[in-house]
Amino acid sequence: MKDLMIDVENVTFRYDRREQTDALSSVSFKAEKGKWLSVIGNNGAGKSTLAALLIGLIQPSQGTIRINGVALDEESKWTIRRSAGIVFQNPDNQFIGATVQDDVAFGLENLNVPADQMRLRVTEALETVGMLNYRTADPTQLSGGQKQRVAIAGVLALRPDLLILDEAFVMLDPRSRRELLATLKRLKTERDLTILSITHDMNEAAASDRILVLKQGHVARSDTPAHIFSEETELAAPFSERLRRLLLKKGRRAPESYRTESEMVQWLCD
Amino acid sequence: MNKLILGRYFPGDSLIHRLDPRAKLISGIAFIFISFLAKNSQGLFLLWLFTFFVMSTTRVGFRAFFRGVRPLIWLILFTVFLQILFTAGGTIYFNWGPIKISEYGLANALFIFSRFVTIIVVTTAVTLTTKPMELTDGLTFLMRPLRILRVPVDELSMMLSIALRFIPNLLDEMQRIMDAQKARGAVFGEGSLFHQMKALVPIFLPLFSSSLNRGEELANVMDVRGYRSELPRSSFRRLIWKIKDTVCMLVILLLIAAFAVLNLI
Repeated sequence: MKDLMIDVENVTFRYDRREQTDALSSVSFKAEKGKWLSVIGNNGAGKSTLAALLIGLIQPSQGTIRINGVALDEESKWTIRRSAGIVFQNPDNQFIGATVQDDVAFGLENLNVPADQMRLRVTEALETVGMLNYRTADPTQLSGGQKQRVAIAGVLALRPDLLILDEAFVMLDPRSRRELLATLKRLKTERDLTILSITHDMNEAAASDRILVLKQGHVARSDTPAHIFSEETELAAPFSERLRRLLLKKGRRAPESYRTESEMVQWLCD
Repeated sequence: MNKLILGRYFPGDSLIHRLDPRAKLISGIAFIFISFLAKNSQGLFLLWLFTFFVMSTTRVGFRAFFRGVRPLIWLILFTVFLQILFTAGGTIYFNWGPIKISEYGLANALFIFSRFVTIIVVTTAVTLTTKPMELTDGLTFLMRPLRILRVPVDELSMMLSIALRFIPNLLDEMQRIMDAQKARGAVFGEGSLFHQMKALVPIFLPLFSSSLNRGEELANVMDVRGYRSELPRSSFRRLIWKIKDTVCMLVILLLIAAFAVLNLI
């Protein structure tokens, strides 16, 4: 078994003591190094709360979070953030620098990385997300999707082990979403990067290694996409699964269980 | 609308554009003092000569400089008229009660007018040719000695650069809110002054509340990206002092020397 990147044990969190319900109640799950974990769930299920907990913005009322073997607390969060980053939904409020390269360098500046090494890493990160030609552009010249790429580059410049995406692709058009997902997938294998992605996009979730379904602060399910989509009928299924169900309903021959898009194409062609 | 405030920077590649912001800032401040050294007609001539030299070297076009002077023109004219009307001395050309138009008055007015306009033009030249970010970097560098007095120079510079960064966003947002209000029948810029001010309240309230939200989100982002004001940070942008910056300083010194000589004669 591979090392654990994320180890969440019995985590409970409540925003306000006066409230009756917990935002998250005894949530436990694990994620291995180099895996892609998708977190799905309705609005108010506690997805963003989970992201804020994992990066140490808020502290759990109960339970422990371990990132790469280190227990997360007020002290260790700074060490953990050296190799873990998060990208939020709103591209404008994440852009701190005056230009693209300044923004990517922000995290490195905080780590007191020497200037020449910083240049190297900024260039490398911008190249990865395909924004090198825009390095001197200022945020007013960029689209939402481009700003989001810059935000991802800002995390990648840290050469992280863990990347958390909190609905980071919501503002992206389908094409750049596909491109970025492909890039991240490549990084995942090349650098053993662990990705935890909070998403509403079922096609993205279907392409991940595992899915965590949150319901009103509880972990409703945690399984591979194949199991989740063939059993959870409440969820809006990805395209391949919808096709499979449709074929079944019409009484045609169809695969018995969930297939990914490429598997489905393969099956149809056979 | 975005262009209005940030538009002070005029993109270009002139000699002055390429100067180090520190050199430009020091020269600009030095020029304010130098302008007070002009005490005779030769001095005045030199002052204007230098100003025109700066204006033409920026290659920005004279119109941008006129725009810099325009908002202050009433203040300048007011001061000039006060000088003309109430300074006595030398030959008196016109006399009516307390109002005297005299030789000294006219001369004084000319000097004050020149001082005002040349200072505005030269400082405008600095802001026109320097990116706001470079200006912040330059200021931060020059304020460094204040660290001894425990002035949080780096924090101030971070605040300044973030403020500059978000001006276009806030303007956009204001435009959006105004459009939304207009779509609901609000009218701006009409009626009495009181009425106009009242019409602005529904703009500033949402703007204020969204700025607070934005600020909170931004603070979170800075936090997770490891910003800690108490720790030393390295800097991605670097200011490099070049030979032309030394030359620029020498030109300023030369100017001071020239004025010293002119005033001694």
